[in-house]
Amino acid sequence: MLQLLEPGVVTVAYIGATILFVLALGGLSHPETARRGNLYGMIGMSIALLATVFGVVTVHYELLLAAVVVGGMIGLLLARKIQMTQMPELVAILHSLVGLAAVLVGLANSMDPDVRFLGVELTIHDIETSLGIVIGAITFSGSVIAFGKLSGRISGSPLTLPARHWLNLGLLLIALWAGRQYILESAVGGDALTPLLIMAGVALLFGVHMVMAIGGADMPVVVSMLNSYSGWAAAATGFMLNNDLLIVTGALVGSSGAILSYIMCRAMNRKFLAVIAGGFGTSGGTSAATTIDQGEVAAIDAIDTASMLSDAQEIMIVPGYGMAVAQAQHIVHEITRSLRDKGVNVRFGIHPVAGRMPGHMNVLLAEARVPYDIVYEMDEINDDFPDIDVSIVIGANDIVNPSAQDEPDSPIAGMPVLEVWKGKTTIVLKRSMATGYAGVQNPLFFKDNTRMLFGDAKESLDAVLKEL
Amino acid sequence: MRIGVPREIYAEERRVATTPEAVSQLTKLGFEVSIEAGAGVAASFDDDAYRDAGATVTADAETLWSSSDIILKVRAPGTSADSGQDEFDLLRRDQVLICFLWPAQNPQLLDRLAGLGVTTLAVDSIPRISRAQKMDALSSMANIGGYRAVVEAAQHFGRFFTGQITAAGKIPPAKVLVIGAGVAGLSAIGAARSMGAIVRAFDTRPEVKEQVESMGGEFLELEFEEEGSGQGGYAKVMSKEFIEAEMALFAEQAAEVDIIITTALIPGKPAPELITAEMVESMKSGSVIVDLAAEQGGNCALTEPHKVVKRHGVTLIGYTDLPSRLAAQSSQLYATNLRHLLADMCPEKNGELVVDMDDEVVRGATVVNGQDITWPPPAPKLFAVPPKAAEPTPPPAPEPAKKPSWLGPVLTLGIGGMALLGLGLVAPPSFMAHFTVFVLACFVGYMVVWNVAPALHTPLMSVTNAISSIIIIGALAQISSPESWIMWVAGITVLITSINIAGGFAVTRRMLQMFQK
Repeated sequence: MLQLLEPGVVTVAYIGATILFVLALGGLSHPETARRGNLYGMIGMSIALLATVFGVVTVHYELLLAAVVVGGMIGLLLARKIQMTQMPELVAILHSLVGLAAVLVGLANSMDPDVRFLGVELTIHDIETSLGIVIGAITFSGSVIAFGKLSGRISGSPLTLPARHWLNLGLLLIALWAGRQYILESAVGGDALTPLLIMAGVALLFGVHMVMAIGGADMPVVVSMLNSYSGWAAAATGFMLNNDLLIVTGALVGSSGAILSYIMCRAMNRKFLAVIAGGFGTSGGTSAATTIDQGEVAAIDAIDTASMLSDAQEIMIVPGYGMAVAQAQHIVHEITRSLRDKGVNVRFGIHPVAGRMPGHMNVLLAEARVPYDIVYEMDEINDDFPDIDVSIVIGANDIVNPSAQDEPDSPIAGMPVLEVWKGKTTIVLKRSMATGYAGVQNPLFFKDNTRMLFGDAKESLDAVLKEL
Repeated sequence: MRIGVPREIYAEERRVATTPEAVSQLTKLGFEVSIEAGAGVAASFDDDAYRDAGATVTADAETLWSSSDIILKVRAPGTSADSGQDEFDLLRRDQVLICFLWPAQNPQLLDRLAGLGVTTLAVDSIPRISRAQKMDALSSMANIGGYRAVVEAAQHFGRFFTGQITAAGKIPPAKVLVIGAGVAGLSAIGAARSMGAIVRAFDTRPEVKEQVESMGGEFLELEFEEEGSGQGGYAKVMSKEFIEAEMALFAEQAAEVDIIITTALIPGKPAPELITAEMVESMKSGSVIVDLAAEQGGNCALTEPHKVVKRHGVTLIGYTDLPSRLAAQSSQLYATNLRHLLADMCPEKNGELVVDMDDEVVRGATVVNGQDITWPPPAPKLFAVPPKAAEPTPPPAPEPAKKPSWLGPVLTLGIGGMALLGLGLVAPPSFMAHFTVFVLACFVGYMVVWNVAPALHTPLMSVTNAISSIIIIGALAQISSPESWIMWVAGITVLITSINIAGGFAVTRRMLQMFQK
C-alpha cells in the first residue's frame, strides 16, 4: 500500500500535535480548564497517530490494527475498573509500559538493517540508542518495583543492601563499558547486540535496586521521578529516530516530572539525591523508641467528637495516607456536607506529600465529590490555623508534627508542616500510637488541646456521622 | 439505681446539682432521677421542667434521701440554718454521695461519712488529667467565678471599662490587673477584655504567657528565672527572692491600675498574701479589688470574706459564692460535669454505678469507700503538661551566614557551556537542530507545568504519561519492516503503548470529571 500522506504533511501534523500537547499541559493548570486540556491531549495524540499510520506505515496494517484495538481495550478497561485509591499503582504500572516501549523500540532500531549511519553520526546515533534503552530499562524495572510497593505486593520498607552505593557505582561502570563495546562493535559491524543487552540488563538491575531502597512515604518523589524518566526515555528515542515530535513530547513530560519531583522534595525539606539514595524511614514505623515520656494523651469518643464539631464555627480537615487506606473519603464528605449545611465553615488542608503520589489526597476528595474550592494547599491555609476551632487529622502523622519546627535534631526538622496545633482543638484519628513514617514521636498527640480518636478512620467517622 | 437530688440547704446557695437537660441524659444511662421540690428554683429551673425531662419530684426531703441510692449535691452535707435539719441524719449506709467536699480542709466530714458507711466522691478531688477534663467541676466553677468577678467589679467601679472619645470629652479605658492566670484568671481576662478594658496579667508559671495573650491580655514578666509550675496545673510556693520581685511589681502596678482581680491559690495552703495594706492605700480612690481567694484567707490583706468593704476609698469584694451568683450557668455546667462522671462510672449504661478503684479518675475522687477513708489518693501518675527537659540547650551559635558563592554557578555555567561547545564542534548539524528543539521544549515544559495547581498533580501525571506514549510512532515506523522479528517487536510495542494511551487519557478524564466546585 502506498503512503497516503506526503512527508511534509506528516511534519505539519506533528507540529500540530506538539502544540496541542503544550496546550494540554497548560490546560491542566486549573481545574476548570483541565478537562479541555485532556481533550487537547487526546486530539494531539490522534493526529500524530493518524499521520504516522497513513504517512509512514506501508504494510502490516492487520497487526497494527489488532495491537491498537487490543491495547486500547485493555487500557480503557483498566481506566474504568480502577479504584481511586489504587491510582498510584496504576500510574506506576503505566510508566513501566513507556519504559518497556522505549527499550523495545531501541533494540529493534539498533538491529534494523535499513538504518545506516557513518562516522560521527553513527557514534551519536549509538549513544542516543544506548541512552534510550538505559533510561527506558530503568523506568521499566523501577516502575514495576514501585507498583509492587504501592500495591503492597512488596514490603514498603527500604531495602538497604550493604555497600549499596558501591554496588550502584559498579553497575554504572559495567553500563559504561558495555556502551563503549557497543559503539566499537557497531562501528566495525560486529556483534553489537550482546553489549546492548548487557547494558539493558544492568539498567534493569539498577532500576530495581534504586526503588527497592526507597521507603514507602517517599513514593510521591519516586512516582514523579519515574514520570520524568519516561519522558526522557521518549526524548532519547526521538533523538535516535530523528523525530522532533518525540523529542519535544519527551522533554515536556520529562521536565514536568522533574518539577513535580522538585516540589515533592521541597515539601519534605529533603534533597532529591538524598531521596534517590534511599534508605530513609520504614513503611509502618514502630521502632524508634520515644526518648522522653511525653505525658498522657487524651482520648475522645465519637459522641464528644460530634458535639465538638457541631459547636465549632471553623473546621479544618487534614487528611493523610490513613484516609486512603481506610477508604474514608466518602464518609469524610458526608460529614463535611452535613456540617456545611449547618453553616460550619469546613475546609481541607492538604500537605503536598500527603499520600503516596503527588496530588493523591485531592483525587480522593474529588472522587468523594468534595468541592475543590474548599480544598486548600498547605501554603494557602497555614496562617489560618489560629482561627480554627477544630482540626481533624485523619491518618496523618509526620505532616502535622510540630517537632519539624521545634527540634533542630529531629529527622524531619525543617520540613514544612501543617500547624494544626495552633488551632483551638485538634482531633487526631489514628489506629494506634505508632510513630509515623519517619519513625519520630509526634508531640502533637500530647498537647493539651489535642484529643485522640482511636480506631479505624472509617468506622470512627461513621460513628461521628451518626451522632451528627 | 435511683439518683436523688436534694435542695441545697446552705444559706444563699442557689445552685442545684442537676438540670432538666442532664436528667434526660441520666435517664438514658438507665438511672431513675428524683428531685426535691423546689430544688432548682433559685437557679431558674422549675419542677415542671424536671418532670418533663423524666424526673420524679419528691415533696419531702426525708423521703427523697431515704429512697435514693446516689445523692448528687453541690455543697457537702451540713445543718440547715432555718430548720435545724442535719443532712447527716438523712444519709444511710451504702449510699453513694457525690458533691464538693474539700477533704483536706474538712477531715471531720470524712470521719463522719466513713462512720456512716457512705461511699463519697468529692468532685473537687477529681484528678486534673486530660481525660477527666469533662468532669472537672473546679474548672467549670472557676470559669464562672472569673467572669462573675469582672461583673462584680464593674458593678462597684464608677466608670466605663472601655475607652471612648465623646463630645463630652475623652474617657480613658479602665486598667485591670489579673493575678493568677488559671481558669478563673483567664476567664476574668477574657471578660474584662471583651468589655473593653486594658488587661494585664501575672502568673508565676511562665508557660501560661501564651494563654494570657490568646485571651487578649498582656503578660507581665519578672526579670527573674524561676519555674513556678507545680503538680496538677497549680503553681507552687516560690522562693523568697522571687516573691520580693513579685511584690515590687504588684506595688508598682497597684498605683496604676483601676481594678485588681486576684485568683492565686496554692492547694492545701492558705492563699498567699499578694496585695498588702500599703498597696491598697496607694490605689486610686474608686478602685476595686475582687479577691477570689477570700475563702482561703484572701490574696489581699484587707479582704473580708463574704463581704464587700471599703478601705482607703477602695472597694474590696470578698464574695466566696461567685459561682452561686450565676446559678443557672453554674448549675448547668456542674450538672454536665456530674453527668460525665456518672457516665464514666456506668460503663454498661444499665443504671448501675460501679466504683472502680483501678480507674485513676474514680480513685482520685473517691474519698470514702464504704467505711474506709481513701483520701489522699496516691500521687497522680502523670502531669497534664509534660515537664520540660531539664535545661533547654542553648541555641547553637548562629553560623556565619553563608555568602552565596559566585563560584558554583559560574563553574556550572562554564562547564555546561564548554560541554555544549564541545558537542557543537563534533556533532553534525542535523543533531544540533534536534538538540535546539529539545532544549527549547524543556523550557516550554518548565514554564507550562510550573503553574499547575497542586490539586491536579495526579491528573497531570496520568496525562503526561499518556502523552509520553507518543513513543508509539517509533514503533509504527518499525512495524512495516520486512524483518519479521522487528515487525513482531514493534507490534508488541504498539500494543503496550496503546494500553497506555487509552488508559492514561481515559483515567485522566475520569478523574477530572470528579473535580467540581
